[in-house]
Amino acid sequence: MKLTVNGTPREIDVHPLKRLLDVLREDLELTGTKEGCGEGECGACTVLVDGEPVVSCLMPCAQADGCDVTTIEGLSGEYPLQRAMMREVGAQCGICTPGVILAAHGLVEAARKPTLERVREALAGNLCRCTGYEAIHRAVLSAHAERHGTATAAAAAAASEA
Amino acid sequence: MTSVGTSVARKEGMDRATGAAKYADDLRFPGMLVGRTVRSTIPRGRVTGISLDFDHAGFTVVDHRDIPGENTIALIEKDQPCLVNGVVRHAAEPILLLAHERREALVSANVRIDYEREEPLYDPTRSEQVFKHVLIEKGNLERGFARADVIVEGTYSTGAQEHVYIETNGVIAVPEKGGIALHGSMQCPYYVLKALKVLLGGAVQDIRVIQTETGGGFGGKEEYPSMIAAHACLLALKSGRPVKLLYDRGEDMVATTKRHPSTVRHRTGLTRDGKLTAMQVDVLMDGGAYCTLSPVVLSRGVIHAAGPYRCANTRIEGRVVMTNTPPNGAFRGFGAPQTQFATEVHMDRIAETLGIDPVTLRLRNALKPGDTTATGQKLGPDTSAIDVLREAVRRSGFKRKRTKLAGSGRGVGLALFYHGAGFTGSGEVMLGSRAGLETTPTGVRILVANTEIGQGTRTMLAQIVADGLGIAYEDVAVAQPDTAVVPDSGPTVASRTCMVVGGLLERCARRMSEQLNGASPAEHHVRRGRLHVEERYEAPPGRQWDDQTYRGDAYATYAWGCDVAEVEVDPVTHEVRVAKFTAVQEFGRPIHPAMAQGQIEGGSAQGLGWALLENVVMRDGAMANAQLTNYVIPTTLDTPPMDVVMLENHFAGGPFGAKGVGELPIDGPAPAVVNALRHAGLDVRAIPATPEALAAAPRLAPSRNGETAAAPPANGDAA
Repeated sequence: MKLTVNGTPREIDVHPLKRLLDVLREDLELTGTKEGCGEGECGACTVLVDGEPVVSCLMPCAQADGCDVTTIEGLSGEYPLQRAMMREVGAQCGICTPGVILAAHGLVEAARKPTLERVREALAGNLCRCTGYEAIHRAVLSAHAERHGTATAAAAAAASEA
Repeated sequence: MTSVGTSVARKEGMDRATGAAKYADDLRFPGMLVGRTVRSTIPRGRVTGISLDFDHAGFTVVDHRDIPGENTIALIEKDQPCLVNGVVRHAAEPILLLAHERREALVSANVRIDYEREEPLYDPTRSEQVFKHVLIEKGNLERGFARADVIVEGTYSTGAQEHVYIETNGVIAVPEKGGIALHGSMQCPYYVLKALKVLLGGAVQDIRVIQTETGGGFGGKEEYPSMIAAHACLLALKSGRPVKLLYDRGEDMVATTKRHPSTVRHRTGLTRDGKLTAMQVDVLMDGGAYCTLSPVVLSRGVIHAAGPYRCANTRIEGRVVMTNTPPNGAFRGFGAPQTQFATEVHMDRIAETLGIDPVTLRLRNALKPGDTTATGQKLGPDTSAIDVLREAVRRSGFKRKRTKLAGSGRGVGLALFYHGAGFTGSGEVMLGSRAGLETTPTGVRILVANTEIGQGTRTMLAQIVADGLGIAYEDVAVAQPDTAVVPDSGPTVASRTCMVVGGLLERCARRMSEQLNGASPAEHHVRRGRLHVEERYEAPPGRQWDDQTYRGDAYATYAWGCDVAEVEVDPVTHEVRVAKFTAVQEFGRPIHPAMAQGQIEGGSAQGLGWALLENVVMRDGAMANAQLTNYVIPTTLDTPPMDVVMLENHFAGGPFGAKGVGELPIDGPAPAVVNALRHAGLDVRAIPATPEALAAAPRLAPSRNGETAAAPPANGDAA
């Protein structure tokens, strides 16, 4: 099967029912995508398939044939939400972090500023046991402001103090 | 430039946000096999036969006969076998280990185990095997009850709780020349090392334990990693190849430890104006099949069982007993959340009985500097029960809401609590922790075994060292915990890392500073060679503790908290929505305020889950809902907006005034929520308060002043 992963076309010879998660971690050695439960409940394995967040533990790889897949390794490392998750301590132990970042990617990219309720809804499928989610919400809102250049000097100062 | 008290950039850099951080399952070693644990399917009995109904080619098979040393996971006691030798005491007990190159082959290997079943015991009240009994006595209980105008009694219970670290337990054992290296997800590398030494005896000379990135712990990776490490090492030694052993979520939930379920009975005497005259508390905890850490969980539980209150006549008795369920063990809070749940719910029932509002009742009895606790510990100036209570009441608008919400189906409740920092009693003296600091070409490097598991250990310790030495935070490096490199600075538990290990490092820094004679560490290193200092824990002068009588200074000091929860109960489904949560907590001084706030927010959410959602259903001695589909933890939609306030009251015995914050936040949410449910008209005495439980809960009528009605104070007992 053929798929594009993080912008690079890949051709792999695997069983069509192999989980996309395992293809990414084992065949493509992209271990940034994590397994938390294997039943689609925790969201740690979230990746983007054609721009939409999916839990890769529930997706047979055949379903991603011909698709464009983005994993955490596909972001620059300088993506606003990556930096905000560390700065705001939205990432504590970090195991849920790649999934959270990809699940919130659409919110951060959308021009419209998300409400707190919208952030909660978008991340309802991503379990975090460390933070109580408050810092994750702060990170998403802060990243959105940064991404769209709406972060005022005051907000940036507040964020760095938090 | 000082770094303590500021939210500096974390030592982890960006790796957790880029996917570069390597957790146990992300590591591969050449020739690595995968392991599997074959477990008992009965709760109690004897193994009468094992048959391996598969082609053995390519398999490594290990049973108890392959253990070169003692067949035990050494901890407090040596009662728990590494692998079953005949006797089964709980479901999911490890019997046999398999390893193979391919996971598919492992999964399909059919192992048949025959048993002779015995009658299991699940009811702790009927258990005759007591792992630990504790009695704490202060004053004269009978005299205290004789002086009481009113006596209030009640029984409260809490359920088991699963840690649900998002990274399950996992390790890799790698044979090395003359020894073995164990890489894994864990809180306490030296606990694992100690257990492996006993298990492997003299057969393996060099054993080292290395912590990999760890995706959460919460106590669940305190003692259990010794078990999975032992299994991986046995497979690696027999096969001569690296072996990865990683639990999937179902196995992790079925087989590993949980928070101890508890039942706590209170009998309390008070004067009519609400002063405590006598407190009698009886604590029972379910330890499960083996001792693990149950004695110390009970210890912390009973010591906190009188709550943050002053009472001259107190008697607390506690037992933790054996049942045929998988062993319960360490979980954030370590017994104190269970006992303080009971105390705080009981206090609201007392307030109701006396017709006093819950704030006034607490103000009349809350511990103040100079008061003594149940163990007779005289409290220092950093005693903030009154301060956190007043601030939480003010911030949350508690009194106004208490009146406004009465009879509306909504409710507001609070809980006042405290948490001892560091090991209980003489624990720190017995540990004798050592911490080291060495110069490097670029600055210094911290040498401790304490693990970063999300809470910020590396960053916080580096801040303390930087300020202790007067150098830039960026010039402080932190060694990865590897028992071949770092000294035994004790386990990463008990809210001790900052106060105890940070305290040792502060001393290291000051001593190194003297020896540097004005040079920077890097200059000294380049010109005069490596400088290394090490400090060992010593009990502060004057601290007294008696392990026999449970009298004395139970903890170096205490952190204090008051939580306020506002709830709405759906009148049809009985689902509870926590609309608002206020947490006011004092833990000395936050070293890194953003991470300290994260501990409070995360611990509060975990406590809310325990109170309302998290229901461990046991069937035939095993967890029946061992999956995240129906063991429900809070999501973004279940957690309330939180107002967190960190009050400062510096502790002279801690680094830069700091105490510990890891566990305190989980003591308050459950009683605050249950007291809010009480205000909303539901009489709840047990958690989790699931919709099913609330549908069956007795109803209370609200009174005109916003307080729920109860029988007027009488000479008799109010039960």
